[in-house]
Amino acid sequence: MPKNTHDVIVVGAGHNGLTAASYMAKAGLDVVVLEKNDWIGGAAVSRELYPGWKYSNCSYVCSLLRPEIMRDLELYKYGLQIIPYEGSATMMKNGDYYTHYHDHDMTINSIRRHSHKDAEAYERYSRDVLRQCKIIKPLLKMTPPDLTSFKPKDLFGALEFAKHFAAKDELDGLGEKEIYDTIRFYTMSIRDYLEEYFESEITKAHLAGSAIIGTALGPCSPGSAYVLLHHYMGEVDGSVGSWGYARGGMGSITQAMMGCLKDHGGEVKPSSEVTNVITKNGKAIGVATQNGDEYYAKKIVSNLDVKRTFLKITEEKDLPDDFVRSVKNFKIRGSSGKLNIALDALPDFPCIPEGDPGGGGDMHFTETIEEMEGAYDDWKRGEWSRNPYVDMCIPSKSDPTMAEPGKHYMSVFIQYVPFNLANGGWNEERKQEFGRHIVDCISEFSPNFKDLINHYEVRTPLELENEVGLTEGNIFQGELTMDQLMFNRPVPGYAQYRTPLKNMYICSSSTHPGGGVMGAPGANAAREVLLDMNVPQKGNYY
Amino acid sequence: MTQDLRYSALKKTPFHSKTSMASRTNKYYNWNGYTVPTEYSTTELEYTAARNGTSVMDLTPMGKYEITGDHAHRFVDYLVTRDLSEMKDNTVAYIIWCNEDGKVIDDGTIFKFSSTKFMLCCAVKIYNWLNDSAYGFDVSISDVTDTIAALAIQGPTSCSTLKKFGAEDLEKLKPFEMREYKIDGFDILISRTGFTGDLGYELWTDPKNAEATWDNIEIAGKELKLRPFGMHALEMTRIEAGFIQTNTDFMAAEDSLRPTRMRSPYEIGMGWLVHLNKNSYFVGKKALKKEKEESTTERCLVGLDIDGDKPAHGSVIYNSKKEDIGIVTAALWSPIMKKNIALASLKRPYGIKIKENIFAEIYHPEELEYRKIWARCKVVKRQFFNPERRNKVPADLYE
Repeated sequence: MPKNTHDVIVVGAGHNGLTAASYMAKAGLDVVVLEKNDWIGGAAVSRELYPGWKYSNCSYVCSLLRPEIMRDLELYKYGLQIIPYEGSATMMKNGDYYTHYHDHDMTINSIRRHSHKDAEAYERYSRDVLRQCKIIKPLLKMTPPDLTSFKPKDLFGALEFAKHFAAKDELDGLGEKEIYDTIRFYTMSIRDYLEEYFESEITKAHLAGSAIIGTALGPCSPGSAYVLLHHYMGEVDGSVGSWGYARGGMGSITQAMMGCLKDHGGEVKPSSEVTNVITKNGKAIGVATQNGDEYYAKKIVSNLDVKRTFLKITEEKDLPDDFVRSVKNFKIRGSSGKLNIALDALPDFPCIPEGDPGGGGDMHFTETIEEMEGAYDDWKRGEWSRNPYVDMCIPSKSDPTMAEPGKHYMSVFIQYVPFNLANGGWNEERKQEFGRHIVDCISEFSPNFKDLINHYEVRTPLELENEVGLTEGNIFQGELTMDQLMFNRPVPGYAQYRTPLKNMYICSSSTHPGGGVMGAPGANAAREVLLDMNVPQKGNYY
Repeated sequence: MTQDLRYSALKKTPFHSKTSMASRTNKYYNWNGYTVPTEYSTTELEYTAARNGTSVMDLTPMGKYEITGDHAHRFVDYLVTRDLSEMKDNTVAYIIWCNEDGKVIDDGTIFKFSSTKFMLCCAVKIYNWLNDSAYGFDVSISDVTDTIAALAIQGPTSCSTLKKFGAEDLEKLKPFEMREYKIDGFDILISRTGFTGDLGYELWTDPKNAEATWDNIEIAGKELKLRPFGMHALEMTRIEAGFIQTNTDFMAAEDSLRPTRMRSPYEIGMGWLVHLNKNSYFVGKKALKKEKEESTTERCLVGLDIDGDKPAHGSVIYNSKKEDIGIVTAALWSPIMKKNIALASLKRPYGIKIKENIFAEIYHPEELEYRKIWARCKVVKRQFFNPERRNKVPADLYE
């Protein structure tokens, strides 16, 4: 058996693994990334499954990826560019539609068509949500303090955390009222939150979408308001809350990261699934892969979700019992599916006037919060939603690299889809039935849609688990609720990217600040590894 | 491709066909969701029209709200800080209103038709604020921004222009009075109000009457040096007049992202509009009373007369020890006064007790290089320009 020795092994070549690896390679360490699939990227991947069309197979839009990371890793050099959205729309059964635009006043004029009150309330709402985004922004790149520890680092960290919570830097400090608002925001349901501003169903439904994407919560579940914030706290060039397409699909993010990693001497090994962590005297010293290879390193960083890391590749005997119990209890429920569709031409959506920029970004057809909650009810029973919430977009409208001119790639994210399908679970037949159901739902708003389909890829939570390795297909690698956020993520007492197993770290979305193609968990984890190895670090992020 | 009417691009005002025809430069901007000209030909000439002849501006995008009902008068008096209990019919009052914390939401003008009918004109969107505040009052509130076309007719010859247009005896109208006319079969309301600090009027009519009104005013002012004027020229005149602009000179309380940016009336030179001895309660009264009693006011908004001729746009203001004491919110080289003026928000006691040894750091662009100017400032009355003709009754006529 070849004995490969490195400074650091990173398990999993998703965006966080590659971010962590790149930062460590840039700091001068010898880093190897082991990936189970024969392609790299994890859930940030672009694959050509049908000739001529590139799909963003899993994640499909970008906003959360921290600009400091893009800058430090010089991702533009390796081909990354983000193209901002033009707008978003919800189509209505009566033939009307609701839109948001890049321009604030155009959005207000558009909302006014549905409700005068809502148009004006939108000003107040945007201000309040933006305030929350500003509060959370500095927290994203911090290692959460351990609130039970009396180490100076944690005491100062807690103060620093509290300081940012009172938005001392970003907002010059908040008053009592604003701090109360923040606390309420983190625990409320999105329905209750929106009710405080808006009256029309369509306004509420359009805005609530961001609060349910990827989560196993419904719009009436407490905590769903935070999920909305999680989708709003990103930015495209300083425009907070904006989303965009990665040119060339989401895979161009991980490809760019790999470019940076390789330029700094790092290595990525595809088709190398890690089966177990090798330990010696209670310390992690290496990993073994499916194909029989063994790799040894001073530090091992897992980019797998917390359950996979500690229940699959680490042996229970190497971990404290209470820790294992907490990991077992970690909520990571799959709730979403996806269709990637190769289209011969742009489908007509008669609800949206031709040329309206509102059709340039995400499109939906859920008109009320009740419908959304109904879709969630189906999920609770183990069924896919009969009347699902979809987040559809056609990146090829803005990105010339996804399909030939005139042809289009459409991404359809579907909420809710269960991991444990009732009555026998998922099989090929039921997967195709699910795909057909979604195509039918979309066809109700696009008469020529079906005729334009060349090929489509159906993704269920089961696939996401099997292929990408996300437990139960949860796209955030763990529910984004207060009990699993910040110093509670993934497990209280272990929120600083270190694990109970010495020399073993975790850098995945199961850690603070959580899911989405953000890169922050990877960069934060790399900082802790470098600190422990006494390697000086530099960059905009740190 | 014809544009779908639902497609929510920026709106056009009822004067758009006329204003776009009059525009030589095609420079527009977005005001409250409407497309309106920033400049028609040359800002300097448009500004001059406002101080020399008649200037005409499309005011339609300004927020307009109608308040009607048995409690309309009581409600308006409750809403604003000024004592309006004695306000007469057919008059207009300049007002500000605050939130419960005594922080200013906006300034504007209130038009009283009768004790059961008012119109409020302002910059920010306050439909929801009015409705929420009206709880318990027998009033109904409607947004009439779209349904009333409005023009500002300002300048020394403005009275003559409007008389020729058909507004009889207009010269007798006193400042802050209004009168309803019937001209060419349409109802037209004319008020002696404006944002230029000069003799001037504002005209309010049905959108259907907009285009004809524009044409007829243009004909009436033909020999009276009439010119349409855009936002840039208005900005010049309003700084000279010392008028404040919401979200430019102060942040509207309901729009401020940062709570520390909210300002009380005392902090923006509007203390004279706060009538704490008003008999009834008004929104923000408790907080303002407390601020006054405990002297906790932190800032002030003052006029500055600055050395040199380079406008101090966005300049930081320093004391003699080079400590940062405030910021310029609006700056102008005044063509009529030949003075370098500015409005500035200062940290007290600067601007109130300390008026000397205040400096502005001005970065003046000169062909790709900046000249840094350290200019001495004098704290002066914010109302820099206040000609006698502004308030004269009867108004000046050119016949």
